[in-house]
Amino acid sequence: MGSDTLFYLFGAIAIGASLAVIGQRNPIYSVLLLIASFGALSGLYILLDAPFVAVIQIIVYAGAIMVLFLFVVMLLNAPHEETEYDERVHPLLRSGPTRFGVALAVALMVELWWALTKGRETGGFPEGSVSSVAAIGRSLFTDYSFQFEVTSVLILVAMVGAVVLARREPRRPRSPGNP
Amino acid sequence: MSAFLIAQIVLTLFVFVMLLSSAAVMVYAERKVAAILQQRMGPYLVGPKGMLQPLADVIKLMFKEELRPRAADAFLFALAPMISATAAFAAFAVVPFGAETTFFGLLNEPLRLQVADVNVAILVVFAIASMSVYGVVLAGWSSNSKYSLLGGLRASAQMISYELSYGLALASVLVMANSLSLSDIVNHQAGTWFGVVPRWFLFIQPVGFLVYMTAGIAETNRAPFDFPEAEQELVAGYHTEYSSMSFAMFFLAEYINMVTVSAVATDLFLGGWHGPFLPASLGWVWFLLKVGAILFFYIWMRWTLPRYRYDQLMRFGWKVLLPIAAVNLLATAAGVLYFGI
Repeated sequence: MGSDTLFYLFGAIAIGASLAVIGQRNPIYSVLLLIASFGALSGLYILLDAPFVAVIQIIVYAGAIMVLFLFVVMLLNAPHEETEYDERVHPLLRSGPTRFGVALAVALMVELWWALTKGRETGGFPEGSVSSVAAIGRSLFTDYSFQFEVTSVLILVAMVGAVVLARREPRRPRSPGNP
Repeated sequence: MSAFLIAQIVLTLFVFVMLLSSAAVMVYAERKVAAILQQRMGPYLVGPKGMLQPLADVIKLMFKEELRPRAADAFLFALAPMISATAAFAAFAVVPFGAETTFFGLLNEPLRLQVADVNVAILVVFAIASMSVYGVVLAGWSSNSKYSLLGGLRASAQMISYELSYGLALASVLVMANSLSLSDIVNHQAGTWFGVVPRWFLFIQPVGFLVYMTAGIAETNRAPFDFPEAEQELVAGYHTEYSSMSFAMFFLAEYINMVTVSAVATDLFLGGWHGPFLPASLGWVWFLLKVGAILFFYIWMRWTLPRYRYDQLMRFGWKVLLPIAAVNLLATAAGVLYFGI
């Protein structure tokens, strides 16, 4: 098979699986379809001659983050998503946050269309700059070191936030006067 | 088809068959070593010295009835053992097990004894190892049984925790060899110091080796870290509801994962196929000997050490093993940077 055929194959799997993720009622299947979508993306990276990015995609997203997702879904053991609204009503006519979701989806489509039509050719990366680990590391820690550090601070903030939210308040000894 | 392509296909099939039979050998070795350690006879009736016992086991498993609980999720229940077995076989594809050879002049250009020579091989092993957890987790969930679910939950928590130390131990070797390719790493360990001591990474990275082996045992769910299938607590853990060939696939995956972890440890720390006394074309003999020694160690551990408690496992993974692995990586990087080891 030529690389064009493979490109369309992986692209179709990625888009199909991503669409199926939001079409699923069972959250476990959603998680698995998302993993399939990540796998297809990783195939696309290999076609782009970036094996390092492809493998990192599998290790970080499919291997680590999705295991945690699966862990949480299994712990909750929710076979079906609980819906607050009446499913017979059209999504656009439902009350509450659903309408904002539709508005956001429309905005995203417009943005995507704008980016795809207005975007100029960037010239791409020089040959071999993404296939070698050393080249990726060098540009990450020199040209993009500020962005790299900012991202790590961002992740640290998210982590501290999660710990604060999950932490139980230390139990205070109840004084006899209080109810 | 060129002779090279044919040789490649033959090599792939050869590795597949050898992995299958290694599982059979391991089953026999495990039962025999366990018996010796416990002053029993072990299997001795089927074939000479009981050597055909694994064959009898396979035939028994094949003729058993395939059972599925009524409340189980049929699709995922069938998919889980396939994921486990596939991931186990796939990981070995990038592991080199011998020097380049022309098979005594049979081929025009030398063939690498490795199914796929990927330049990020070590990360591929790591990625596939991280995918294999899905087989265990999905088996636990789809069985719809409390023992299976607990086993699956334990497996996912355990693998996530020990993967970090595993990755950091790998990284310290990468820094030393300055390459992600396993064959480069092995070739970096050729030769000796002072003419006696082989230049294995084991001697520069003893801490890395210990961390790798500990995390490797936890990743393959072997005793003393066999929590996903702790018999005394969880019946059989994630594969409680499985029978016949689907159970056999989990069984197979466990042994092949052990072989892969041992083979990668040999390539990373024990100099792969390099060794004295034998010509380079017979390097695979050294490779097999080293892998066999690590596998024996695996079995020895299982029948010597009792299982830890689950909270001990978690505390050890996060508070002991991970800091040790991180400090080891930092020290290695500093050593390479300032002293050029």
